[in-house]
Amino acid sequence: MWRDHLTEIIIFTFLFLLVSAMGFVAARWRAPRDMAHLDEWGLGGRSFGGWITWFLVGGDLYTAYTFVAVPALIFGAGAAGFFAVPYTIVIYPMVFLVLCRLWSVSHRHGFVTPADFVRNRFDSPILALLIAITGIVATMPYIALQLVGIEAVLKTMGVTGDSALARHLPIIIAFAILAAYTYQSGLRAPALIAFVKDSLIYIVILVAVFYLPYKLGGWGSIFDAADAKFKATPAPGDGILLNANNQLQYVTLAFGSALALFLYPHSITGVLASRNRGVIKRNMSALPAYSLLLGLIALLGYMAIAAGVKPLPGAKAGSVDGNTVVPLLFDKQFPDWFAGVAYAAIGIGALVPAAIMSIAAANLFTRNIYKEYLKRDATPAQEANVSKIASLVVKVGAVACIVFLDPQFSIDLQLIGGVIILQTLPAVALGLYTRWFHRGALIAGWVAGMGLGMWMLYQVANPTTGKKHFAGSAFPLEKFGFDTPKTIYVGIVAVLVNLAVAALLTLVLRAAKVADGVDGTTPDDYFADEGDPRVTPGATRDADSAPEPVA
Amino acid sequence: MAAPEPEAPTTARSRAKDHSPWNWLLFIPIVVPLIPAFFNADSPRLFGFPRFYWLQLAWIILGVATTTLVYQMTKKRGGDR
Repeated sequence: MWRDHLTEIIIFTFLFLLVSAMGFVAARWRAPRDMAHLDEWGLGGRSFGGWITWFLVGGDLYTAYTFVAVPALIFGAGAAGFFAVPYTIVIYPMVFLVLCRLWSVSHRHGFVTPADFVRNRFDSPILALLIAITGIVATMPYIALQLVGIEAVLKTMGVTGDSALARHLPIIIAFAILAAYTYQSGLRAPALIAFVKDSLIYIVILVAVFYLPYKLGGWGSIFDAADAKFKATPAPGDGILLNANNQLQYVTLAFGSALALFLYPHSITGVLASRNRGVIKRNMSALPAYSLLLGLIALLGYMAIAAGVKPLPGAKAGSVDGNTVVPLLFDKQFPDWFAGVAYAAIGIGALVPAAIMSIAAANLFTRNIYKEYLKRDATPAQEANVSKIASLVVKVGAVACIVFLDPQFSIDLQLIGGVIILQTLPAVALGLYTRWFHRGALIAGWVAGMGLGMWMLYQVANPTTGKKHFAGSAFPLEKFGFDTPKTIYVGIVAVLVNLAVAALLTLVLRAAKVADGVDGTTPDDYFADEGDPRVTPGATRDADSAPEPVA
Repeated sequence: MAAPEPEAPTTARSRAKDHSPWNWLLFIPIVVPLIPAFFNADSPRLFGFPRFYWLQLAWIILGVATTTLVYQMTKKRGGDR
């Protein structure tokens, strides 16, 4: 009942309203002369220094859903859920140089989205449209999932009623506020709020990882309790270590997720908003601090096992909502006021990525659908306006997903999203290095990768939950005819087929001398930096006052 | 998002500002954390953490050290703040 959680509710509401006020004030923070430009509303003036970028991108990549779902996965399956740690380690060295090239070429040409780059590089509006649609489709369920994060917290506080409307009213209010200040302040709102969000999360987690083991008898007994739980279950795949059959899945999932992360439009938005190449490179060294945080948060799942947490019932009768594990752990182990702070951290943690994702999706729509197909001569002010409205529509869509559909649907879609966004790798990531691929071949590769990825995901069943299709991303290799119980991450297989098709067709189309368009970029574009005379103007403001980053 | 090839195959020839042998070091923190044989065991435990957990968390330091080293060694003198 909500009365038992009154302290938590008051602290949660207070902090939530505080950041909402910050969100509205953000429009005046580092204020531009003219907000009616997509560079200002959608990229914060491309002027963020090291610290702001660190908070912004960190708050963007490590979402509330991650912080709730990863420990839930560890709680349920054990070691396999820890893939999030290698995933967020290998990603930064991998994109260290790639993102700098993307930043440079985008600044020279004023690109706002990855599809802008593809349009120019491969001279193909169709390929750009496919990239844009892929990005929007992959981002939408991700936004909806942020709501799942907030909902887990609200459910634990008992403020969600039984009827459909009462259950969702708090979320609708939260998102309406979020939509309003994102509309007004653009990317500056999440950038400012990210400071509060991340500070809260760091404090909460540092306290938790020292205090909880002390209360629960030390780390050794926490892992032993988890080990005992997994040994007692009949499921073969769980345990505090990997077994012979899920190691390939673990590694390919970590690697494939890392490949996918910076193809997501919201990640690219955060990167393009930075001031120069040095900011990006230093952030690649500094962002792993969040990976440490994520690793410790993941272990909250084991602490919940040791503390004997029982997850709340899910939407369907007989099911449990694993996402409530972490909120319940805090509720049970901490004084009310501290649990309230922790809940606020998760709740606000959902707002930052949700705002950035909706901005990224809106930018894709504006630049690659509206300007390309609906109104070719749109002025920068019109672009900014369309983007603002599109960001509202995106958020209404995300709320509708959660209110009217089973949340499981959004989780399935997000799983699919990771696989489909990977299919933009040949055009976007490899395109930054080479124009060897033929534009037609890239389109064909995209189609092949998408088709195969969907088919494979459809085949994945989970006998424990009784789901027959889309029950995960671990594809059993025996379905390809191999005599083995091993599984592999769907995305990796799909993108390899995508690449193979693109490469083969490139050879064919080149041999047949099919027209291949004109490359709109020059090799020099990929090294331009702040201060370069040909860099798009608009980067110099009062940005020099920003403090330097930690690394 | 592919491996960070220091040789940009077609574009780097004119002004290879990204080209440096130091960049090859970036492969270490990409490959090492993806080899389960290193970390998939319980012993030795450290502060109660099985090796699986403490070693993977330790790879974070490997990643930070490598990217910081490469950044420091490849940044342009005076510029590239």
